[in-house]
Amino acid sequence: MLVLRKFARDTSGMVGLVIVLTAVVVAVLAPRLAPHPLDAYESHPLRRLQAPSDASPFGTDNLGRDVLSRVILGTRAALSIALLVVAGAMLIGVPLGLVAGYYRGWMPEVIMRVTDVFLAVPQLILALALAQLLGPSLRNAMLALTLTYWPFFTRIVFAETRRIRVSVFVEALEGLNAGAGRVMFAHILPNAAPPIIVRATIGMGFTILSAAVLGFLGMGATPPDPEWGLAIAESRQYLPEAWWFATFPGLAIFLVVFGFNLLGDGLRDVVDPRLRRSR
Amino acid sequence: MSDVILDVEGLETLLGGERRLLGAARPPVRAVAGVSLALRRGEILGVVGESGCGKTTLGRTILGIQRESAGTIRLDGRVVSGLPPREARRARHDVQYVHQDAAAALDPWWSVGRSLEEALLINGIGRRAEREARLGRMLAAVGLEPALGRRYPHELSGGQLRRVTLARVLVLAPRIVILDEPTSGLDLSVQATVLRLVRELLGELRLTCLFISHDLSVVRQMCDRVAIMYLGRIVELAATRQLFEAPVHPYTRVLLAAAPRLVAGQDLHAAPILGEPPSPTAVPSGCAFRTRCLHAVDVCATREPALEPAGAGRTVSCHRWREIPAAPVTAD
Repeated sequence: MLVLRKFARDTSGMVGLVIVLTAVVVAVLAPRLAPHPLDAYESHPLRRLQAPSDASPFGTDNLGRDVLSRVILGTRAALSIALLVVAGAMLIGVPLGLVAGYYRGWMPEVIMRVTDVFLAVPQLILALALAQLLGPSLRNAMLALTLTYWPFFTRIVFAETRRIRVSVFVEALEGLNAGAGRVMFAHILPNAAPPIIVRATIGMGFTILSAAVLGFLGMGATPPDPEWGLAIAESRQYLPEAWWFATFPGLAIFLVVFGFNLLGDGLRDVVDPRLRRSR
Repeated sequence: MSDVILDVEGLETLLGGERRLLGAARPPVRAVAGVSLALRRGEILGVVGESGCGKTTLGRTILGIQRESAGTIRLDGRVVSGLPPREARRARHDVQYVHQDAAAALDPWWSVGRSLEEALLINGIGRRAEREARLGRMLAAVGLEPALGRRYPHELSGGQLRRVTLARVLVLAPRIVILDEPTSGLDLSVQATVLRLVRELLGELRLTCLFISHDLSVVRQMCDRVAIMYLGRIVELAATRQLFEAPVHPYTRVLLAAAPRLVAGQDLHAAPILGEPPSPTAVPSGCAFRTRCLHAVDVCATREPALEPAGAGRTVSCHRWREIPAAPVTAD
């Protein structure tokens, strides 16, 4: 378990892990942690735009809702969007990468050229176009993000598969007459897992940011959902007077994305093949 | 005893030479350039040669994971060549191969026990009880504790890994095993035990074996007959004693003479200097060995010598084997 000890010594990776774990706990316990859990949908016109106070530490928004409660409730939305998008992208991208890396001939060429086209356009632009096309809703935003994120997994899995494909143990398995599916999914995939995990971790942060951007541009979550990007969009008319309205959801986005990136970088250092040798 | 189980005729394997979309096509290398040999039931046939002479490629081609480009392979008289890789493997189920590098031949993420069981699963042994029984017997036969199955490849020693890969193949009850350098990377004491084990198992299970090695002393100790390979061709094939005591082909002679022997008073520098073998991408015309041969004449450059019988059970591929005086090979 040298790997774990190596990771424990990596301060920034550990900070990332703590942030991510905290976010997960907050997301799971959101309705219990939020001081005003009903503020997800209720409005209180008499308490509009109040500055941070003891009653509501992050202030209240344009409909009198408690900003702290909505930031806490928004964690759940952000994490579940990211989780679903990354899982969906893996479900598409990983098998494509395996197949493209394992077989030879025209099929891998087609898969990889399509992947390259997707990667040539910034993911956010592509996701925006797709979300616009599908119509604004949270589901469509997630679909758009999923359909534009899979090429990142395909690329990595392809490269790993090409590398592992020629290793002696795969050849030995072929000598034993193992089928392609068995070799790909039972042997090559686990051996390719570390870089996939790293990519998925960084992808979580990336997706939270992208989802917030879509929400901000009105192509993601719809009011009255407590979503961070949407909250910042709603706050624009009240800036700079009601600074708390935009600041706290913005900080939440920053912190969680920062956490996932630190964790991903830490994991990358741990699974670096040159370091892995010493196991 | 002398009936042929595996018959290889004019086998040729081309490596590389992949066509690329951009850039010049690289010419393929003839790693195996017309090999004919017959494996007799129950024998251990050694294949010896310098690194890069095509020994391993020959083994891989006979196994069927490397596709032959010409020639035929007959298993029990049935033609099993000219098939696409997966079908070739199915047709040659009776042939199994043990890799040179045992540590690399096992999936590092799988416990040894699972890797072993998988071989049976792939080959249609569906009942768990039967798999366990067969594995248990095989592990005992190769001298491993059943508890070892829970360990991972990096936790085992070189000798243990060698036994594991041997068990993985033998549990499938093949009739022919190709052992590729079964002693490479092992220290001498472990080598001896592994060789003893291999010998025992081959006899017990009545297996026929193609024994690929570059270690002359190991081959001499293990094999019934020996084939000497040079640049993808067999230059001499004879019974082990015959070959070691009276080598005929000039290459065999230099190879045997070059083997270091620790005999008191012997000058290590007395071995003839062979230099490097020519690159397989630029094989000399005529006889492939002529550029390093002490006896080469004009005809060697123009005509490729055929493998011809040269006395009891021996075949040689040399134009001048009759003329060259029997070389004084120091017997040890």
